[in-house]
Amino acid sequence: MQNNESEISISIGQREAPSEKAEIRPVNFSSGNQLAIRLEDVWKQYRLGVINHGTLARDLQSWWAKKRGREDPNLRVDQCAKGPISSQVDSPDIGTGDRFWALRGISFDVQQGDVFGIIGRNGAGKSTLLKILSKVTAPTRGQLRFKGRIASLLEVGTGFHPELTGRENVFLNGAILGMNKHEIRNKFDEIIAFAELEKFIDTPVKRYSSGMYVRLAFAVAAHLEPEILIVDEVLAVGDVQFQKKCLGKMEAVGREGRTVLFVSHNMAAIQQLTNKCLLLHHGQLAYFGDVSGGVAEYQSIGLDNSQFEAINPQTKLEGFNIARACFEIDKLASGFNKPLSFSLFLDLERGFEEVSIGFGINNSLGARVVTFEENFDSLAKGRVSIEFTLADHHLPPGNYSVALGIGVRGAQVIYQDSLLSMEIFEQEIDSIYLGGKKDRIGAFYRPDFKLSNW
Amino acid sequence: MDNFQTGKTDSRSIDGEQMPEDWTTTLRPVSGWFDLKLRELWRYRDLIMMFVRRDFVSIYKQTILGPLWYLIQPIMTTLVFTVIFGKIARIPTDGLPIVLFYLSGVVSWRYFADCLQKTSNTFVGNAHVFGKVYFPRLTVPIAVTISSLIAFGIQLLLFACFWFYYHSTGADIHLQGAVVLLPLLVLQMAALGLGCGIIISSLTTRYRDLAQLVSFGVQLWMFATPVVYPSSIIPENWQWLLVLNPMAPTIEVFRYMFFGVGTVNPGNLLISFAQTAIILFVGVILFSRIEKNFMDTV
Repeated sequence: MQNNESEISISIGQREAPSEKAEIRPVNFSSGNQLAIRLEDVWKQYRLGVINHGTLARDLQSWWAKKRGREDPNLRVDQCAKGPISSQVDSPDIGTGDRFWALRGISFDVQQGDVFGIIGRNGAGKSTLLKILSKVTAPTRGQLRFKGRIASLLEVGTGFHPELTGRENVFLNGAILGMNKHEIRNKFDEIIAFAELEKFIDTPVKRYSSGMYVRLAFAVAAHLEPEILIVDEVLAVGDVQFQKKCLGKMEAVGREGRTVLFVSHNMAAIQQLTNKCLLLHHGQLAYFGDVSGGVAEYQSIGLDNSQFEAINPQTKLEGFNIARACFEIDKLASGFNKPLSFSLFLDLERGFEEVSIGFGINNSLGARVVTFEENFDSLAKGRVSIEFTLADHHLPPGNYSVALGIGVRGAQVIYQDSLLSMEIFEQEIDSIYLGGKKDRIGAFYRPDFKLSNW
Repeated sequence: MDNFQTGKTDSRSIDGEQMPEDWTTTLRPVSGWFDLKLRELWRYRDLIMMFVRRDFVSIYKQTILGPLWYLIQPIMTTLVFTVIFGKIARIPTDGLPIVLFYLSGVVSWRYFADCLQKTSNTFVGNAHVFGKVYFPRLTVPIAVTISSLIAFGIQLLLFACFWFYYHSTGADIHLQGAVVLLPLLVLQMAALGLGCGIIISSLTTRYRDLAQLVSFGVQLWMFATPVVYPSSIIPENWQWLLVLNPMAPTIEVFRYMFFGVGTVNPGNLLISFAQTAIILFVGVILFSRIEKNFMDTV
């Protein structure tokens, strides 16, 4: 199930970390050439709110305005009849006018027994794809075929009614998810045991803590026995122990030979659980194949989406021009504990002396975590490029923005926050005791050590 | 930068595999005009009963009076009607005891009104569940008609009690043979309520303001129906208007069944059945067109 090139953190210096134990997936009984899911050229289009303004009166008003050739009075502020004005939607061809293609020509097959990961940036179309797979909404074009019963878990606790007891909600939620009464009754004890809620099962759910609520909801969903299980990143709720339980359960489901589709941003979970993955980018299929390739592709896309270059930022000093500031992508492996390279391309109309150039890296909360600076006695006139490399930055995974500051003889030439931005991706850290959640790791080191007897 | 076309790696994993002959489900953009999926509804019958149970139970949990509310409401309404329409306005009641007259109207009308009002909130009121998981959308309206039926049954018992009381104290009321038609009437009210409710529900996914009109509309409809007055007091040359109202013959026949008194025209009843069938038909068509994509606009 897990690809054997599982990712391991690259440590300082030349020492390689010990490799992860590879999990061998048992033989899949129902393997063979059976397909569980097939998508054929699926497209999904959304209308961006121009047609429907929520009330009959407004729609009539817009229709009348169009008839008279006037501007639609009910358009949102950031729209014009030809399409969104703001650049919020960063896709190159978002579609013209009031239509937006969330999915474009998606085709793929999933075999029975695959544990299949769906990854992509926010806005890539993952949720839309899941909604279509779950029959919540229909495709605009194309078709989907399934073999077997589908159960999808897009949200935990769908349909829970606060006034009903835990017991009654198990039956209700199970029925909503597609089980019938007998199935639920047979599995009732298992479900309660999985949720660890034996004592509380007869109190109304509105009295449960959020943790209990989630445990019960997931327990019901975990005991569905569909041929195809679709799971959204719903597993992000709950404490660590519970998440482990959920992942374990999903692994078990996969081992039984059922097909699982799993959407997540957690690359570690994807690599642990899935044996194939699909990468969506701006509604299109960007990668389909083995997991490590997909994850690598995801990370390189991440780079492109980060603001990795700034062209011609304004400077305060006449003659000191910055043509370009950017990350060196070729030299970059945006992973954890891999080197970072920045380049500055300067266009100087004369020589400058006592130049100080510094980059500051701020974390997602805006706090400065790294500053590096270099002083140059003089820079000659002409086009100069300077490449800075931070070999071992030890920055933990997360989103960062890069600030640039340049001074000449003490006078500020430029200071710009958030000139560039980047995301550093986690990889599986082989840290048993102190690791775990990625934002708890901090800067990661494999320190030098001296071993001796005493 | 543009390596996101499907050229990067194979987007299909077929690799010479056989395709299974039988796919369980196929999803396509457009559904048929009359796509009811009855078999699927049958598969989800447990869910329908769970909804009925949920609707029933959640109403009176943590209340003092609990299920008594099903009786209190018609009694209070009848009392109000008796005082206002019976005593103050002195509207004639075809010679029937006033309380019984209004109670019969209240009980029968209540079933229809409940079906309509609760169904008309299907899509909007359940959007959060519909948006997260698939189950046949028709289960909700069907569960509504069933739970309303149970309430109707309880109220019918109440009505029977009153009937026996008045009968035993010598009122001139006689059970008619036509009472066997009661299930048919109930079916018609359910169908009409369901049909109208589905139509309104489908429209409110786009136009929320229609939802405001529903309770108001139902009230008006009640006054346009011989619920608080007998149809005999309507002037001759206005009687034809009643034909436009599919509920009018229903209420009159209901009263006739139990009391032997009232203006009953079998022709009008058949017309009302036909009107109901048409409305239900339109509702079902609208529903099957909308249900696939309403989550995009609701």
